[in-house]
Amino acid sequence: MNRVSNALLNLRQMDDLACKDTPIHRIHPLAKIVVTLAFLVTVVSFGKYDISGLLGLVFFPVILMALSELPGKVMLKRLLVLEPIVVGIGLFSPFFDPREMIFFGLTISAGWATFLSILIKGTLTISAGLLLIATTGIDRVAEGLRMLKIPKILVLQILLTYRYILVLIEELSRMTRAYFLRAPSDHGIRRDAWGSFAGQLLLRTYDRAQRIYISMSLRGFTGEYHCGKNRPMRGGDWVYLLGWCGFFALARWMPLAQLLSLGLKGVMNP
Amino acid sequence: MHMADALLSPTVGGAMMVVTIGVAAYSIKKIQKNPDPDESKVPLMGVMGAFVFAAQMINFSIPGTGSSGHLGGGLLLSILLGPCAGFLTMASVLLIQALFFGDGGLLAYGANVFNMGFVACFIAYPLIYKPFVRKGITPKRILVGSILAAVIGLQLGSFSVVLETLISGKTQLPFGTFVLFMQPIHLAIGLVEGFVTAAVVGYVWKARPELMDYPGKVAGTSSVSMKRVLLVLVVCVVMMGTALSLLASSSPDGLEWSIGHVTGGGSLMSGGAIYDFFARLQQKIALFPDYQFKSGDSPGGTSFSGVAGGLLTLILAGGIAVAIRGFSRKKKGSQLK
Repeated sequence: MNRVSNALLNLRQMDDLACKDTPIHRIHPLAKIVVTLAFLVTVVSFGKYDISGLLGLVFFPVILMALSELPGKVMLKRLLVLEPIVVGIGLFSPFFDPREMIFFGLTISAGWATFLSILIKGTLTISAGLLLIATTGIDRVAEGLRMLKIPKILVLQILLTYRYILVLIEELSRMTRAYFLRAPSDHGIRRDAWGSFAGQLLLRTYDRAQRIYISMSLRGFTGEYHCGKNRPMRGGDWVYLLGWCGFFALARWMPLAQLLSLGLKGVMNP
Repeated sequence: MHMADALLSPTVGGAMMVVTIGVAAYSIKKIQKNPDPDESKVPLMGVMGAFVFAAQMINFSIPGTGSSGHLGGGLLLSILLGPCAGFLTMASVLLIQALFFGDGGLLAYGANVFNMGFVACFIAYPLIYKPFVRKGITPKRILVGSILAAVIGLQLGSFSVVLETLISGKTQLPFGTFVLFMQPIHLAIGLVEGFVTAAVVGYVWKARPELMDYPGKVAGTSSVSMKRVLLVLVVCVVMMGTALSLLASSSPDGLEWSIGHVTGGGSLMSGGAIYDFFARLQQKIALFPDYQFKSGDSPGGTSFSGVAGGLLTLILAGGIAVAIRGFSRKKKGSQLK
């Protein structure tokens, strides 16, 4: 099953990327989470026809990507896989808003402007999310969430779910392989096996959860999940946090692309 | 049904996040307050989250059609774990999907948890599924209850996607078209979800009936009072209303205002004082000595420099990236020497 192995590959790849040691990886997770959220809020706060303002925000993912030494090809591929969803929703716009408007001096329909802005927003927001996890890793994101006062039980829940996704997906891939070896002409699980197939996986999961609980108890689990030492925010982290937030505010109130275009015009028409 | 950030406004995203945090806090309290405190619940929830994640990848082929369907899992989780634990588990699954797979945005996280978690665990399960099995579990009751709960839950969830998108105002999709597009699709998805949920619950009930009442016992499913559920709903409605009115007042007329923003021509009115300051600052920079607003530009020239300005932004961003890469590579190279 392609979906299954793809998911496994994706998770492992993200884990590997998060293990790198670059200036961005070393930033405190709390600073990275807050900056990412500030970025997302800035991106989505632009109106549906505002394209030139959005372009200025491209600097954030691109610079982060370069500083964190993430492989461009891998990240681009992850981004492109998700793009069709955004394109699909955005494509409706041109049909419903044929009013003409001027965009960067070109006359286009307002619907296409919306489409473009949705496309750019989609690309920016998805890449920001991927960059956060690829430079931080789930354990450190959890550490940041704890510092944001997200309840222990929920953070623990997220960590445990993540930990066992890999195990269960492997179990699932064994089960599907066995199923499709016996029924090679099937494209999916047959109706009469729906319950027993997923149910089997569920029962195995239950038993596994029980074993996990027993072994956790034996090792002294009392509801606390320790994930190493939490270091406090240092000067560099604050610079990162405030620097980017300042940049977002600048990009929000000043259309950078427009300024550049005006500058260009100044050069061309002295 | 995962919503992307691109379609949400910060107000709607924020309001839904507040609702989700509220419901999560309520659920956590409920679990901790349980008269029979059993820590095994936490590992069970974690592993069940992973199960739903894996189960969503199973292709269930739909008889009579060439296609296959998938499981969402919200209803199944609340049947097996109870609404509170089911909700928290669904919330963690959705967070991992958003972080690692980009399925649904991070700002839209609150909205997604509401549409898929809250609706399934606190509306579809207690109000639709539970009345069917209250008098005792039979395969038929499980089937009818699951299908109805899944279909109604998905209809509500997808309708709330439509509402959230419309209130956000980031697309021009008219309400009617969007509803006609979303609801029938989710009717089909809901049917598949209902049948699969019924099949799995029926199987577990036949094979290991003790598991079925185990979650009920621990999660205190019967102790979720109607009053509480209604209260939460009222809070949500108020939140949505607030979001709506805030939005209505903050953007009096979207089109005129924003067209001013996108035009690259001389009719720039954005930014006010700050913009003027930077414009003056820019005039002083030697690179652009004669910069000024030219209203009488030829259209060709305007559009060229306008598009070029956009491109320039992208090239500049790309250039910085290449420079950073080149610099860090050089640094590494010299370290090796």
